[in-house]
Amino acid sequence: MMFDPQVIIEKLPEIGSGLFVTLWLWIAGVLGGVVAGFIVATARRFGGKIVNAVLGTIVEVLRGTPFLIQIFLLYYGGPFVGLMLDPIPCGLIGLTVYSAAYYSEVFRAGYASVPVGHVEAAACLGMTRFQTISRIQVPEMALIVLPPAINLAVILLKESAVLSIITVPELTATVSAIGSQQYAFLEAIFVLAIVYWIIVELTDRLGRMAENRLSRLRFSKA
Amino acid sequence: MSVPAIAIRKLVKRFADTTVLQDIDLEIPEGKVSCLIGPSGSGKSTLLRCLAFLEEPTSGMITINGEALGFFEDDNGRRERLPANQIRAVRTKTGMVFQQFNLWPHMTALGNVSEALKLVRKVPKAEAEERAMAQLRKVGLENRAGHYPSQLSGGQQQRVAIARALALEPKIMLFDEPTSALDPELTGEVLNVMRDLAAEGMTMVVVTHEIGFAASVGQQISFLDHGRLLFSGPPAEIFAKPRHPRLEQFLDTYLDRGASMLA
Repeated sequence: MMFDPQVIIEKLPEIGSGLFVTLWLWIAGVLGGVVAGFIVATARRFGGKIVNAVLGTIVEVLRGTPFLIQIFLLYYGGPFVGLMLDPIPCGLIGLTVYSAAYYSEVFRAGYASVPVGHVEAAACLGMTRFQTISRIQVPEMALIVLPPAINLAVILLKESAVLSIITVPELTATVSAIGSQQYAFLEAIFVLAIVYWIIVELTDRLGRMAENRLSRLRFSKA
Repeated sequence: MSVPAIAIRKLVKRFADTTVLQDIDLEIPEGKVSCLIGPSGSGKSTLLRCLAFLEEPTSGMITINGEALGFFEDDNGRRERLPANQIRAVRTKTGMVFQQFNLWPHMTALGNVSEALKLVRKVPKAEAEERAMAQLRKVGLENRAGHYPSQLSGGQQQRVAIARALALEPKIMLFDEPTSALDPELTGEVLNVMRDLAAEGMTMVVVTHEIGFAASVGQQISFLDHGRLLFSGPPAEIFAKPRHPRLEQFLDTYLDRGASMLA
């Protein structure tokens, strides 16, 4: 068997559309996960013991089971409880919920990284909880949570390949289909690896730029 | 008789089953410097944190300029928690200075001092910064306004923290061991700022190990030990003839330390 890039080049438009689906599902899942994860972490911190225990258990279950199984349950098990979802909405919901669980842990660590005294100083000056979160805690934790948040985004990109098993027409599904139709498995898998790797590299670059910028903004001489 | 700046009545604070403060009764007169002294674990910092409402008293009542702080307790011991906005309003009558400064690292000195003016008092940015600048001038740091806390020495950071606490023009300043985290060389500049404040007639409550400062600036000295207020009175009475054996013992350790330095 020869390595024949021609097969892949012919199918570039199809690969492009698969890539597009992967990209938007991934970005939406990460953004949704960041927002939901922040809300969960905030609710766990300030919502009292019961809220913390309930949300904590849900997060543990989501982190403790494989994404593959969660997606299977949601897609094939959903109809048994009246939840009929098309592959793409199902994938989006699954990815968002899964990433929210992990992002909530990132923000939990972020909250814990802000010294109690900094929050007490705000309270003594009569700031409300919302003012303290938005002006003190979030800016202080930003630099701490950025590296693990980017790292998590990279992991989620690769996890999104799992969505191919519920027939979401994303990158992995598209390229493997091309591979089987054309009997060009090696080429297909190779292209897949390269494309994921390029996106990961770009994301890392972007993350480092954001980090540099943030630290310059915060601690430069005025 | 005029209303005391702070009145503490039958204050009790327990953490789980340890009693940290037991039946504290104390009045802090307006315009006076009141120092809380005592060995580690005596409860003096907890008492100060109760005055800032950073700790909630288990029972008893604190009033600031006659207004109940956090809880209202009637004579039968029935207690009612006051609404959050009322608590915030009473809290801004006091300014708090911490042992660890607790400046916000992502804001400049000017940002630290002007933040509460903008957020809590809704003062427009330009005016807030002007007023913050005046406070920085007062602590001798107007030329450090644009510096971040990480670019300042410990003594400078603590002076910025004092300016931040002064920004809302509190009636009372609370100091929790303000020089304990500083090199001996830097304590002087902070104590000088505090002396200036005292000279202006600011009501101050100072938890301190600086017995010299307490003796020279303090007008009321309270000695705590094991959660109880053992003695409270003017410095002359306390330092010249400490009649309480526990206080005598406590002050002796300070004399010992001074003497060993000379040897």
